[in-house]
Amino acid sequence: MGVKPTQPSQREGLKQMQVYKNKMDQQKIQNKKTSLPPLGGGGTAIKENSMILQKDMLAKQFNELSRAKELGKKVVYTFVPGNLTELILSFDLLPVYPEINALQSGMRKKSAAYIRDAEKTGHSEDVCTYVKCDIGMMLNGNIGPTGEKLPDPDLLLLSYTGCFTFLKWFENLERLYPGVPVAMLHTPYQEDGKITDEMVQYMVRQLETEVIPKMEMVSGKKFDKSRLSEMMKNSAKAEDLLVKVLESAKRKPTPIDAYFAGVYYIGPIFTAFRGTEAAVDYYTELWNEVQERINLGLGPVTPEGELNEEKYRLVVEGPPNWTHFREFWKIFYDIGAVIVASTYTKVGGVYDLGFRHNPSGPLESLSEYCMGCYTNLNLPQRVSLIEKYVKDYSADGFLINSVKSCNSFSAGQLMIMRQIEQRTGIPVGFIESDLVDPRYFSYANIKNRLESYFQMLEQRKIIMTQGV
Amino acid sequence: MEPLNRIIEKSKHLSFDLNYTYSKQWKSADTSRILVGYLPIYFPREIVHAANGLAVGIFGVGDRKQIIRGDAYYQSYICHLPRGVIEMALDGSLDKFDGFVFPAICDCIRNLSGMFKLEQKGKFQRYFDYPQNFDLSIGGEFYIQEMKHIIGDMSGINRVQVTDENLIRSIRLFNINRRFIEEIYNIRQEYPWRLSAVETYYILRAGTSLPVEEHNEILKQVIDHLQNERGEPMDNIRIVVTGSFCEQPPIGLIKSIEMAGCYIVDDDFMLGSRLIQGNINSDTGNPLSALADAYINQSAFSSCYYDVGNPKGKRLVELVKKRNADGVIFSAASFCDPALLDRPQMQKECDIAGIPHINFQFHENTGQFKVIKEQAGTFSDSIKLWA
Repeated sequence: MGVKPTQPSQREGLKQMQVYKNKMDQQKIQNKKTSLPPLGGGGTAIKENSMILQKDMLAKQFNELSRAKELGKKVVYTFVPGNLTELILSFDLLPVYPEINALQSGMRKKSAAYIRDAEKTGHSEDVCTYVKCDIGMMLNGNIGPTGEKLPDPDLLLLSYTGCFTFLKWFENLERLYPGVPVAMLHTPYQEDGKITDEMVQYMVRQLETEVIPKMEMVSGKKFDKSRLSEMMKNSAKAEDLLVKVLESAKRKPTPIDAYFAGVYYIGPIFTAFRGTEAAVDYYTELWNEVQERINLGLGPVTPEGELNEEKYRLVVEGPPNWTHFREFWKIFYDIGAVIVASTYTKVGGVYDLGFRHNPSGPLESLSEYCMGCYTNLNLPQRVSLIEKYVKDYSADGFLINSVKSCNSFSAGQLMIMRQIEQRTGIPVGFIESDLVDPRYFSYANIKNRLESYFQMLEQRKIIMTQGV
Repeated sequence: MEPLNRIIEKSKHLSFDLNYTYSKQWKSADTSRILVGYLPIYFPREIVHAANGLAVGIFGVGDRKQIIRGDAYYQSYICHLPRGVIEMALDGSLDKFDGFVFPAICDCIRNLSGMFKLEQKGKFQRYFDYPQNFDLSIGGEFYIQEMKHIIGDMSGINRVQVTDENLIRSIRLFNINRRFIEEIYNIRQEYPWRLSAVETYYILRAGTSLPVEEHNEILKQVIDHLQNERGEPMDNIRIVVTGSFCEQPPIGLIKSIEMAGCYIVDDDFMLGSRLIQGNINSDTGNPLSALADAYINQSAFSSCYYDVGNPKGKRLVELVKKRNADGVIFSAASFCDPALLDRPQMQKECDIAGIPHINFQFHENTGQFKVIKEQAGTFSDSIKLWA
């Protein structure tokens, strides 16, 4: 695909672009020197500073985890949606997120064997593959993404938000780690489409009587509310920056891909770094890079290179497939389709609707955060959010990647699809895969369906252009 | 007293009348009456009764209705129950219902509540969030709030105020209901041939579409009948069936297990009607608290409750011992995450306790039972010959 000449001031624009390209070439050389895997894994790809920063943050985190026992650090296993990262860090505890381990295993092509091993212990083929992958990984020595062993948990923090399977998952882990205390935090579902005072109070009381005392017991430290508040200031800063990054996709062309690249952008804030200065630094750098791309009128960075021609703008619902992540992304790249908004990048917080962690009422704020995560929204809220995305981001189409493993996302998606079609009139598409079970990713089938869908988008474009 | 066979036939008809004719007739007799449909597993029906309503169990369509539109709402990897419920919602079977309650059992049922909201079925659609915090002052309070929302929804329709007095009366009626059901199970423990598992199933399920007063009368008559000998004792093994608490197994499956030489001495088919064990305190000035207390402290084990501190596997073993059962059949609906994710740990507890077990999966509309019958038959033979 050729470069689209979209610069406002021709000569100055070309000069800027050349400077930018030189910088990226330098970066590629640097990447080769440091042997960093590219976005999506495999091949040679563009590396921006933010990517390197994130890579370093993760390497440091996993290194610290592998040395947790010798460093005298206690470890908390918990989940991404409705995570209490600031609270965990305020006790100097180290968080581990089993879903992240599972998706990493998927990307590293290890999940198939892990799932098989879990099924050998009696788990049905029908159930969530994140759970089976995680259990299989533990049965195989609990080796993390960096090849180092992950430490056993000192606390299992079940922040039960937006996914019933989380509850079953930790009941299973509790049996695998007998004697390890479990702190249960039940997040009420937004069944009525709102967060009420009584829901907040229910959560705050659980934090005060169940979660915090167990963290105090495990860490040997007293709860420090002011420290938690301080961290939340950083959270809010990073959240502001993330929203700017995600909303940059409203531009044409979009400087980012809000789904495939989006999963990298949400990495630090959805996991172990929210509330830290490192996260603020990361998002500052990321936002600077995005601004630079905006100034240059450039499209998103992908593992295949820059997307130079934006043919279709899509909103996507549902998690990606991790076992064939890059192949999956490439199907979109090859056709010039870019994701301008996605719901998956909201599972750890729908910040673009305005929520920010609030230092002045930290426990209340954490509660509201948990209840506001995407999978804790009811179906009418989800439909409204997607409809808003379609309109705000000028999308040409809406696509659902329905994953077998995640009923929280998947049950009701066909109705969501109909609703969006009725409300917006744009073409909708539906494909099926899984999170980390490669048996449920059929490349040919998915490619076929996507190609048909893209043809439909093309046809509509022609019709719209002709004003029919 | 009505003959037992006629009671069973009537119950069978009520259980599978997917137009809920009897419930609708009951409603039409009085303009202040309301119908509230509820999904599995458990829901405190007392609050509906106290609001001059009838809580009607919506447990899927089984193999009794062809799914035409429902399949278009669900992917192949979602369990069968919700597609049948959607089918009923779309074909008018649920039209006279005033509201729907979706207890917190899994993400499918949870999202089904949103689908009913989007389709605007009934005057209210409530997801009933079970607290997973079992401190009465925290989880119990939350449970009370959840009940109050539904009470508010109902009074908004028929203007009936749920008074403490009415609620206590309802609790007492449902206490009788629970006691009678338990008595039937106790009689069956001694004399399982007197009432088959299928017949028991009909009698219990009928109670989810009848006023509790009428169901109590049926149960009372059944208990009286069971004082007399009926049927012939067989050389069967005694088993507990677990895992079928939400999507209901087809009758053919229950029958196949029995015909394969197994007395089902306990099960979780109609768990909602048996979830609260023992009486709910009715000598109280705060009946909502009593209902919450019962949920927190008197619930049977189930896959929809967080069980750390009170593991289901151990409770299953206790049940097997209490019922003097020879083994366990794990029978879960396909794609049922709660039941299937519990299964390995529960099997492990059975292994530790030396309790033999087998497992299989079903859909509510499974039509072929030969394999299941062979599996259950082999299980029965192996216990009879070698245990």
